[in-house]
Amino acid sequence: MRPAFCRPHPSCPDRTLTIQNDVQIETQGRPDSAPVPFGHFKDVRQSFKRSGQAPLVAIENISFDLKAGHLVTLLGPSGCGKTTFLKIVGGLISASSGTIQINGRDVAEPQPDFGVVFQQANLMPWRTVLKNVLFPMEILGRSDATATLRAKELLALVGLEGFEQSYPAQLSGGMQQRVALCRALIHKPKLLLMDEPFGALDELTRMEMQDLLLDIRVKTGATVMFVTHSISEAVYISDVVAVFSKRPSVIADYIAVDLPYPRSAEIRYFPEFTDLEHRAGRALGITR
Amino acid sequence: MTFRDVRNTIYPVIGITIVLLGWQLYTDLFGINRIVLPSPLDIVWASIANWEALLRESWPTFLESILGFALAVVIGIPFAVCVANSRVLNLTLYPILIATQSIPKVAVAPIILVWFGLGMQSKLVIAFLVAFFPIVVDTAAGMRATPAGLLELARSLRASPLQVFLKVQFPAALPFIFAGAKVAVTLAVIGAVIGEFIGSVGGLGNLLLTANSQLDSPLAWAALVWLSALGVLLFATVVIAERIVMPWSEVGHH
Repeated sequence: MRPAFCRPHPSCPDRTLTIQNDVQIETQGRPDSAPVPFGHFKDVRQSFKRSGQAPLVAIENISFDLKAGHLVTLLGPSGCGKTTFLKIVGGLISASSGTIQINGRDVAEPQPDFGVVFQQANLMPWRTVLKNVLFPMEILGRSDATATLRAKELLALVGLEGFEQSYPAQLSGGMQQRVALCRALIHKPKLLLMDEPFGALDELTRMEMQDLLLDIRVKTGATVMFVTHSISEAVYISDVVAVFSKRPSVIADYIAVDLPYPRSAEIRYFPEFTDLEHRAGRALGITR
Repeated sequence: MTFRDVRNTIYPVIGITIVLLGWQLYTDLFGINRIVLPSPLDIVWASIANWEALLRESWPTFLESILGFALAVVIGIPFAVCVANSRVLNLTLYPILIATQSIPKVAVAPIILVWFGLGMQSKLVIAFLVAFFPIVVDTAAGMRATPAGLLELARSLRASPLQVFLKVQFPAALPFIFAGAKVAVTLAVIGAVIGEFIGSVGGLGNLLLTANSQLDSPLAWAALVWLSALGVLLFATVVIAERIVMPWSEVGHH
């Protein structure tokens, strides 16, 4: 049964914006019931060598599939290896063993066609907001008028119209993180990796940013992997919550979030919402 | 002009006025011998009476300082970049740099004079030697202080080493480089004067020594004031260059 509302999926008809991402996958046209996974992670294991001690096993075994257009959150306690897993998926570090595939392609090194948002905005203080957003295009050698137009569109989308020529030092923390989000989206990434991007923000700004992210997903169709240790954040923004256990981590629970879109803050008080939070809490061993 | 601008102007002016007034009154009231301590007015009169000589002798000192400084920038920054980015070069060159730096430049100056003669070259070299070290140390520190997050971002986009250097590492190091340049430019003036003291045919240092030996203290003090003005001028030039090169450093520091 398909809900009447529009899922953030590349095949969604409501996609005429130029900011739409180029998600090229082989699943288009196939029935929803048998999709080839966009992301495929199988028996991923990560251990770090330590001098004089047994190796530290950060990730015991993580396996799951990620659908195109979906947002999956990696939810887990501090130090459970969820950020490590995210970096493995981004090719920033390599796993000790296991299969990591995006679009059927093995990921073993950094992928320029992914976008990354870190906990800190990591903006360059010497660049204006617009130039910060254009940074990936410069590195990829695609900095042209079209790129500038898209950067301006993205900035308008996150509510930063008129700040193009400002410097990061003139912006608040939330605004800086919005710029970082635009920078991650500028080159139409196949996959957006977000490592606790709202973790350094205050609660109200954080909720605003969550709504912004939901909005951006509708408008760009971006596939997102999102690391957080906030249960409510995970349930609110996700299609799927992958709950990581304590180190050495395994998937403690894999929760499909069937809450309808568009989502707004009221949904946080729905019984379905709290049920999902409860389930995630149980998987984390916080509630019983 | 805001209240803040007025305040920022008026307090330094008040401070300087009090010092000069106290000095003037002290020399007048106690009848201090002007060879021992000329009054501010004596110095002003000496400055006016000898302005042609002071201006003429400022020129070589200015050139020695600015060229020595420029040489330190042109050689020091690439040197620091190499030292900071190469473990081998760092291990090879840094101890030599530290060792040579710990030799007092006044002690080296006579040797430099033997090598480069009494003319401008020897002063330029001494100015270069004293300005070189702060430029290298601060630039190298800046090269190593690139925020890890920016490097990871560049890595995630598979930026080439040259792109990382030009677009991330170097701009991130600019505040450090300018901090070093500000120290270096004032040191360059000191270097030039040291050279002129040891042996020269011109320059403000030479004029100062000559005036001193003739017990013309007001002129010696006037030369000192001009030297100070020269240092301030060069320092201000670096500050202005910093504002032009780094417009972002002026914004948002609230």
